[in-house]
Amino acid sequence: MRVPGYWRNMSFLYRLAGWKCVHCGAFHHYKPVVCRRCRSKEFAQVELPGSGRLIAYTVVRSPPKEFERCAPYAIGLIELEDGTKILSQLTDFKENELRDDIRVEAVFRRVRINGEQGIIEYGYKFRPALSQS
Amino acid sequence: MAGVYVAGVGFTKIAEHWDKDLEQLMAEAAVKALEDAGVSTVNAIYVGCALGEHLQCQANLGALMAECAGLTGVPAFRAEAADASGAAALYSGFCDIASGRSEAVLVVGGEKLSDGLSEEVSSGTLMMSGRSWYEGFMGIDFYAMSALLYRLYSKRYGDEGIPFFPVISHEHAEGVAHAQYPFKIALDRVLESPFIAEPLRMLEVSGIGDGAAAAVLVSEELARRLKSPKIRMFISSATDYVNPFDREDPLRLQSVMLSVSRVLEHAGVSRSELNMVELHDSASILGALCLESGGFSPPGAAGKLAMKGEFGLNGRLPCNTFGGLKARGHPFGATAIYQVAEIYLQLAGRAGKNQLDKARTGLAISLSGVGAAAFTSLLKMEEV
Repeated sequence: MRVPGYWRNMSFLYRLAGWKCVHCGAFHHYKPVVCRRCRSKEFAQVELPGSGRLIAYTVVRSPPKEFERCAPYAIGLIELEDGTKILSQLTDFKENELRDDIRVEAVFRRVRINGEQGIIEYGYKFRPALSQS
Repeated sequence: MAGVYVAGVGFTKIAEHWDKDLEQLMAEAAVKALEDAGVSTVNAIYVGCALGEHLQCQANLGALMAECAGLTGVPAFRAEAADASGAAALYSGFCDIASGRSEAVLVVGGEKLSDGLSEEVSSGTLMMSGRSWYEGFMGIDFYAMSALLYRLYSKRYGDEGIPFFPVISHEHAEGVAHAQYPFKIALDRVLESPFIAEPLRMLEVSGIGDGAAAAVLVSEELARRLKSPKIRMFISSATDYVNPFDREDPLRLQSVMLSVSRVLEHAGVSRSELNMVELHDSASILGALCLESGGFSPPGAAGKLAMKGEFGLNGRLPCNTFGGLKARGHPFGATAIYQVAEIYLQLAGRAGKNQLDKARTGLAISLSGVGAAAFTSLLKMEEV
């Protein structure tokens, strides 16, 4: 049922690609009709930098459907190197490793098994970078 | 624009109503509101519900509700704006009367969250607070979004007093017949409750319950003929980027700021004239952000003012006078109508033990998700 939705969102979920308004610079992870900030119709396709800084995080303990087997899982608000802010699940961290301001990098991971058809959906997650300097 | 008046209200207790379908629960509130107003029929019905398709596999709630309330034949349809759906229905009903097309409308909101498993309700909050292919895909539900806002708030201002908002709401809900949790809780219990998404604790968020609320809105001419007190209603709304982290400042809810100032301007009321405010405290932090963005507290100060007692029933600006979303309850599509009904009871002098000394003007803020839309309703007692 939701396969077309997954397919049309793949470029963002797989490679952090989206559309930047050439007039005001606003990033859209979806293909915009008009810029959500300045209503311009001119966009450049861009790939966001795959690394940045963790601004804030939390842990989901009472998960939504299709995430029952993942809980508890961590969610981060990340500021990428170009200043774009995105939300992501966090992965590959050790206990006590999550702190504000640590450097994080994007990785490709399995995210969920969708619906009764059992389609395995992949996407980006972020993990602490090896080098924190 | 013609004046719009609230002529009567009705609601059910917020509880787990396992023995009733959604439309039956709504019809119960609707019939009470019609009886309260003293009208036998209306020109139109507006229904608010957020998750009917998701939890009950039920759409077409307008016609169903009309049938259950014995009003088949009357135009009826549903308005949806996530957990502000009840406010969207009020907005539709308001416009209908204000335009002069209708003389009387029935606005009904209902939600039956106990029909779902906890993970289904959690999926529901995720549908209401984010995009299905962004936050939804990553399992970032309403609690996680609120928790991230809470973190940013604590970093900028500290979290002093934020966990006190549930304490105020529960204090006001004590002994309230329609409240889901009609008892007090101490601050220690809030602080000791487990995290739902840190730093947000279980006792800082509203629970899962079923409820329905209704209001009859009428024209000025009909209001004059009815026995009910002359309580005029105003409502405004505004939207914002759905993801709060796409906004210029996630801790300033523009939708609240805009809808509050618009409604005050429309009603010709200043902030200092308000006798009470109903907040959208689906999470403690959102209660604080509503106050700050609405201009009722300086940024970063709502928690401290709460600790000082400013928002108690005897405080400077009483908030959540029957328990708010936290303690009265938060059945999404019904919530905004409960808020308006409670202000109505205060203004009409029918608030029982929760009656404020002076209640002539009250305001209610209703949010969808984390402020993607806000509706602000204002009720004002008019001299006859």
